Amino acid sequence: DTSLAKQKTDIKTEPSTDGFGNNNANDGRVLSASPGSGSSTGSNKQTAAVTPEDQQTLLAVLQFLKKNKLIESVEILRREAGLPENSLDPKATESAGAGSGGAAAVAEDQPDVRVVLSAYSQQGDPTLYEVYYSDLKKFIETVLDCHRAELSQVFYPLFVHMYLELVYNNHESEAKAFFEKFSGDQECYYEEDLRVLSGLTKKEHMRGNETLLDFRTSKFVLRISRDSYQLLKRHLQERQNNQIWNIIQEHLYIDIFDGMPRSKSQIDAMSGSLAGEAKREANKTKVYYGLLKEPEIELPLDDEDEEAENEEGKPKKKKPKKDSMGSKSKKQDPNAPSQNRIPLPELKDSDKLDKIMYMKEATKRIRLGSDNLPSVCFYTFLNAYQGLTAVDFTDDSSLIAGGFADSTVRVWSVTPKKLRKVKSAADLNLIDKESDDVLERIMDEKTASESKIMYGHSGPVYGISFSPDRNYLLSSSEDGTVRLWSLLTFTCLVAYKGHNYPVWDTQFSPYGYYFVSGGHDRVARLWATDHYQPLRIFSGHLADITCTRFHPNSNYVATGSSDRTIRVWDVLSGNCVRIFTGHKGPIHSLAFSPNGKFLASGATDGRVLLWDIGHGLMMGELKGHTDTIYSLRFSRDGEILASGSMDNTVRLWDVMKAFDDLETDDFTAATGHIHLQDNSQELLLGTYTTKSTPVIHLHFTRRNLLLAAGAFNP
Amino acid sequence: EINSHSHLDPCHLNGSHDGILCFSSKCDLDFVCVSTRGYIYRPVCFLMSAMAEERRQKHCSVVLPTESMKAMAESVGVGQLQEDSCVALSEEVSYRIKEIAQDALKFMHHGKRRKLTTSDIDNALKLKNVEPLYGFQSQEFIPFRFASGGGRELHFYEEKEVDLSDIINTPLPRVPLDVSLKAHWLSIEGMQPAIPENPPPATKEQQKVESTEPLKVVKPGQEEEGTIQGKGQGTTTPDGKGQCLGLIRLKPRSTHELSVEQQLYYKEITEACVGSCEAKRAEALQSIATDPGLYQMLPRFSTFISEGVRVNVVQNNLALLIYLMRMVKALMDNPTLYLEKYLHELIPAVVTCIVSKQLCLRPDVDNHWALRDFAARLMAQSCKTFSTTTNNIQSRITKTFTKSWLDDKTQWTTRYGCIAGLAELGPDVIKTLIIPRLAIEGARIKAVMEGPVISNIDKIGAEHVQSLLLKHCASVIAKLRSPPDNVEQYRTEYGYLGPMLCSHVMKARTQAALQAQQVNRTTLTITQPRPTLSVSQSGLSGSSGPRTPSIIKVPSSLTLMSPRPGTPSQPSPPATKYIVMATSAGAASTQQVILVITLSSSQSASPVTSTVPSATSTLQPLVKLEPGSGPGLTASRPLQKYIVVSLPSSASSSLETKSSVLPTSISSSSLDGGMKLERSESPGASTQSPH
Repeated sequence: DTSLAKQKTDIKTEPSTDGFGNNNANDGRVLSASPGSGSSTGSNKQTAAVTPEDQQTLLAVLQFLKKNKLIESVEILRREAGLPENSLDPKATESAGAGSGGAAAVAEDQPDVRVVLSAYSQQGDPTLYEVYYSDLKKFIETVLDCHRAELSQVFYPLFVHMYLELVYNNHESEAKAFFEKFSGDQECYYEEDLRVLSGLTKKEHMRGNETLLDFRTSKFVLRISRDSYQLLKRHLQERQNNQIWNIIQEHLYIDIFDGMPRSKSQIDAMSGSLAGEAKREANKTKVYYGLLKEPEIELPLDDEDEEAENEEGKPKKKKPKKDSMGSKSKKQDPNAPSQNRIPLPELKDSDKLDKIMYMKEATKRIRLGSDNLPSVCFYTFLNAYQGLTAVDFTDDSSLIAGGFADSTVRVWSVTPKKLRKVKSAADLNLIDKESDDVLERIMDEKTASESKIMYGHSGPVYGISFSPDRNYLLSSSEDGTVRLWSLLTFTCLVAYKGHNYPVWDTQFSPYGYYFVSGGHDRVARLWATDHYQPLRIFSGHLADITCTRFHPNSNYVATGSSDRTIRVWDVLSGNCVRIFTGHKGPIHSLAFSPNGKFLASGATDGRVLLWDIGHGLMMGELKGHTDTIYSLRFSRDGEILASGSMDNTVRLWDVMKAFDDLETDDFTAATGHIHLQDNSQELLLGTYTTKSTPVIHLHFTRRNLLLAAGAFNP
Repeated sequence: EINSHSHLDPCHLNGSHDGILCFSSKCDLDFVCVSTRGYIYRPVCFLMSAMAEERRQKHCSVVLPTESMKAMAESVGVGQLQEDSCVALSEEVSYRIKEIAQDALKFMHHGKRRKLTTSDIDNALKLKNVEPLYGFQSQEFIPFRFASGGGRELHFYEEKEVDLSDIINTPLPRVPLDVSLKAHWLSIEGMQPAIPENPPPATKEQQKVESTEPLKVVKPGQEEEGTIQGKGQGTTTPDGKGQCLGLIRLKPRSTHELSVEQQLYYKEITEACVGSCEAKRAEALQSIATDPGLYQMLPRFSTFISEGVRVNVVQNNLALLIYLMRMVKALMDNPTLYLEKYLHELIPAVVTCIVSKQLCLRPDVDNHWALRDFAARLMAQSCKTFSTTTNNIQSRITKTFTKSWLDDKTQWTTRYGCIAGLAELGPDVIKTLIIPRLAIEGARIKAVMEGPVISNIDKIGAEHVQSLLLKHCASVIAKLRSPPDNVEQYRTEYGYLGPMLCSHVMKARTQAALQAQQVNRTTLTITQPRPTLSVSQSGLSGSSGPRTPSIIKVPSSLTLMSPRPGTPSQPSPPATKYIVMATSAGAASTQQVILVITLSSSQSASPVTSTVPSATSTLQPLVKLEPGSGPGLTASRPLQKYIVVSLPSSASSSLETKSSVLPTSISSSSLDGGMKLERSESPGASTQSPH
């Protein structure tokens, strides 16, 4: 009953909100998923006449509603669609039923899936598909150069939809011929998708294939200048090429802009994702990318004395530090979110101590730059037998955690301080709780060791993250759970269940308490450690979420996905505030710059892309790696970006230069087009090859020493 | 739950990297094995084959053959499957398998691996709510075997019956080493230190490029940033040390500045190499032979050696000459060094040690012959590795040797050196240059041996030449002539040496026959690929790594033989001291397995056995397969060549292997590629026994 009700509301709301009654109900899922799309498509839609196919679908829907005794909806829909009252007579129904196979049987199982697929049932002559397509191809090849690149974007989505239509209507051999004839024309970065498509030859295959369903339900977004669009429209109308025109109207979202058409390289830089480019308005929301004000911490006097003792007295160093600290806290970043935009945990005494430590270390930080490269210390995991799947360092670089394919989580101490468990409850009772060193006394000296193993997961551990206070460790696994481990007792505290499928990545918020996870179920979830259910669910990606990162101000979360897009989500509202497209392969690493302004992303295509979060634009492209980039990290002051890859190298990039170069350029933010310089070689500061160790994690210590980790793979 | 498997098509789950790459780019599935639970077919095992012709296709929609469906149906008791159902089934199954394979790839990527494993497929099945396959857990590859017959080709998974009592009675295998962490400096302020944990600063190719095209490269220490920035717009960003790269690029030659550490190292090493402490020397030589960062010191070493030889030949200091030759050998053994640039210094030094009239103070007592032998082997090795059509090293060396041998006035010592030098170059050289002169040489020897005693030194020299000739020629003649060995015939053909040659040839023949049987047996044992070649898992520890020696475990009855020269024994007193050295070397360096068989006692008695100074002290033990053994060694690691192992007991056959080895000198990459190809084509071959 609930599903029916949902169906009803969908149908009811859509025509009224979108204002184009001829749109069929099949797109119910689309529109509810992305409500913003309606108004702009409306203008395009209205230009087209109500095609008989649309009418058929409408009739089918009406019939369905009537059958389920939703009389009121029938009335509303009919009124809005402008159909005559007698349209639902048996004849019309018959023809509709024949035309849209299975529309009558919609209600049985998977109603929305059926509905979505049935859109393909409106078909023309299968043999004409090739003619239509090659006709359009010929036309685009003959248009002016400046329009050709833009119009060529249409090829890929058209190709896919036409192929799927053929397959859906059981024209297997025609579909195969169509595929063979035109698959070679598609851009090389769609090869992965084409491979999936080539395997799909039967209508039955489409049913369970989520990727295809998503391709169908989400409109492929193209950005085309008005002139080019007019050209295309005129051509299609002249040639009466209704088949293609229908597809363009139903399955493509054409984002029209005024101005110069884009060049081929500009288009190539942004395309490549599963669902086309991001709509312009998708990246228009304001993002508060500034950093939160640091809490003011008074350095206790005795502590300073202590430091003076320890460091053999370097009083000069402390004064500038204090100043810098003061100035930082005074300045209010206009781009920063308000301090309490999302509730953050209160600072504990131990956190304050850690902050002080951090500041002390920060004063000793090496200033990096193109002429002052960091040293790289590599932690090699030996005898991992191909089993190392995730690594994390604590912020103070004292602990390393590794997640393994054998479901274990291991923690190592890389300082002489060994790992110790808390004493048992019985022993704890004996402790004098008033003593000053009670924190030291609760630890069981007998358990001291350099590493600890934690068992609990029942599948490979794919993501791992330390809490900022080093008391907890998160791990996400193939078994669908995220586990919270205590680093005091080295036991599992909570298993967060929610993802039913493998959880590919998880990360703690920089302020602790919150964490984010994302996995095969295509949604990212925001959790708080004391809630067993997620606080937010970020849904919108069309394929697995492969990596998740918190913004330094904890107000935003970035997720990378196999659909080759990066999305930035607002933690407060749960909305998607940025969509970045341009990668040509699944994204496997993300990194925010320390000032919160930029995002770097690395993918299986071996490229690193740099993004400006505020403007929602691509800032640069760093080419050089030859394999998947599994790790990205900015240096502590954001001067240098380090990337680690499966190709056994660590590379250092001069990102300051990349950002500076672009900022001096005229920033055509209005249209969102950028000219990317091909200057990767200039920006590459160093390449350091390991013997045979893929680099899967990178970390800058507080003093800007780069730590890298990976498993030796003989 | 797995009731049965029948395998119809080549299949290889995760054996070779190639196969996986191909799979990830193509998703070719050629094989399905289905088991049944009730009446529902469900794929139980799928395998992806990487067939050459399919690779070429861009998008292939491979569908399982319908015969597979039939076979699978039969295997689960469904007798008559209609053709239509077969087609429908095979399409459906192919599609589902591709789907699962795509999901499995996701797990591979997230597992940060390049190899797809069976567990990835299990996880992908779990994702689809299908029960995973039990029993296919394998860390490495699934050893599918191949069989054909009756026009059908079949791949199958051999499941042997396991006798539990065997398992209980055998001692437990060693527990695999636990995961551990090791830290090292990958880079220090932008410079990568040349430590064993890091790859060599300048690969051989780079060194080669530098020596052949000096304008194109910068110093290897800076190549990390240098070459890359050089390729870009050059001088825009100075590197970490503030040197202007543009200038370096224009420099015609690189300078050889040695850091203080390098200077210290150089001093230590050279002192140890010529010093009196044998243990230290062994360590130093091992360092020369293995350390990756010696490139910049190479010119110094080369000068050190050539000057050292020049001085010590004059001073007749045999011991030092031997030490220097051992340094040459160590340099040649270092896989990261590009020696071509320094041959003009090294070759004269080596040749000097072969043919010099006098190498020691007391030629009648000291064993300078060993030095000549050793240096001759070095020479032969460098001919093999460095001779090209441009430098013509081999022919030039051959000419030099022949010319002085032909000279009547040449002394016996030089004569010995020339013959040794020629003989080491291989059986072809022996056949064309030495054997025709046997009669003349025999006459000369006869004159000394049976004529009036002129000098003791000449007599010793003649004796050595004689045994040398017999040693080298016997095996070659054994191959050239057909069996009935007639003493008279030999006498007419080879003169004075004829009868002795005849007996040697006969001995060689019997031993060859003996060994032929044994070789077969021994290769049988070595073709069990995994246990024998399981490479030490120690990883980065010490200096082991991709290019350092792996300890190859060989059944104890075998001895590795290398075509490279073994270490010569100390001059005098020979046997005992040499043994001491061998053990101390072994103790000093755990990385290197030195199996030195000293045959000093039998050396004079049987010249035949003395040709087997079987030493695995070379850092890249060469193991080549016997022709009949098939591609048995699957665990070959990059940059390592393997040669088969033959028995030490018979010289003639070991010479045979040697002769078959010498011309091959396959480049490791081609060997590797060949084996990979072979494996992907017929994965079963790896467990096949030799014919």
